[in-house]
Amino acid sequence: MLGLVFPPLDEILRWKPFFGHGDLAFNKIGLIAFLAAATTLVIFFAAGAKAKKSMVPTGVQNMAEMSVDFVREQIVLQAMGEHSEDLAWTGYLLVLFFFVLFCNSTEVIPFLQMPATSRMGIPLFLALISWFAFIFMGFKKNGFHYIKEAIVPPGVPVALLFLAVPIEIISTFLVRPFSLAVRLFANMLAGHLLLVTFSVMGHDLLLAKTKQIFLIPMTVLPFVLFILITIFEVLVIALQAYIFTILTAVYLGGAMHPEQ
Amino acid sequence: MLVLAQVKASGAELKVAMSALGAGFAYGLAAIGPGIGIGIVVGNAVQAMARQPEAAGLVRTTMFLGIAFTEALALIGFVVFILLKFA
Repeated sequence: MLGLVFPPLDEILRWKPFFGHGDLAFNKIGLIAFLAAATTLVIFFAAGAKAKKSMVPTGVQNMAEMSVDFVREQIVLQAMGEHSEDLAWTGYLLVLFFFVLFCNSTEVIPFLQMPATSRMGIPLFLALISWFAFIFMGFKKNGFHYIKEAIVPPGVPVALLFLAVPIEIISTFLVRPFSLAVRLFANMLAGHLLLVTFSVMGHDLLLAKTKQIFLIPMTVLPFVLFILITIFEVLVIALQAYIFTILTAVYLGGAMHPEQ
Repeated sequence: MLVLAQVKASGAELKVAMSALGAGFAYGLAAIGPGIGIGIVVGNAVQAMARQPEAAGLVRTTMFLGIAFTEALALIGFVVFILLKFA
């Protein structure tokens, strides 16, 4: 007899719509994504409005300037370059970073406790934007020369090209958006399932109808693990947002400056 | 494994059993390679940081990128596990 019944996956992940139905339903995931987008916009527009009034940063403006600085120093300058067309992407990467960060961080926020990125939709859409952006920038910057730069690795003997070119085509144009989306999605889904597992375990142990009374205090074990995993997930949340953004920057940089 | 079975399983039961078995193997096998790979990546990054502490920032960024690429395989294994187990 199995004592612990894990709830079916649909019950954990598929939320009932608040309104609408079918593909246009607005459920908890939609609400979280909307909140994440709204928070990002409010932070930066509030900081921008403040910056017009006074040059000395305080409060939200301080935070916004720090995050712009972080994205420029740690992501754009590291992964793309210092030309003006590289720095022009700072805005998009900044918004991308914060949107993914807020969508992820609802995983550990009490009462929400559901990362919006653990459904495939949001990561897939963001990855498709990145995919489209780097191909577009590659063609815009290098013309049709970009195809040769992208699929012919330098320094490969001509005899090996028939092997190298298909591999490069698959890895650059097919695997990149897929792995970008799946990395974010699977990390958040795995974290969410871990948290669900230990909370279900704790709940069932605490409320177990059993004659063996010493089982009840053992609730503390899954509870401690739940807290430790929550702390670990805070790290994963920030790291996955950073990785998604820096990989987008790396792909953009590689498409815009293939000679590097 | 099937030879040891005492009761003859029906088709549907066999399918459930085999997909559970396959899900376990899918994730377990998919975790081996990336586990070794991330060990190598982080080990070498720590060595590089210890030898050249002034390059620690650059090494850390590259290390996270390397981990992200290596980890992708394990995550695909995890997705296959979820699909086999629940879908």
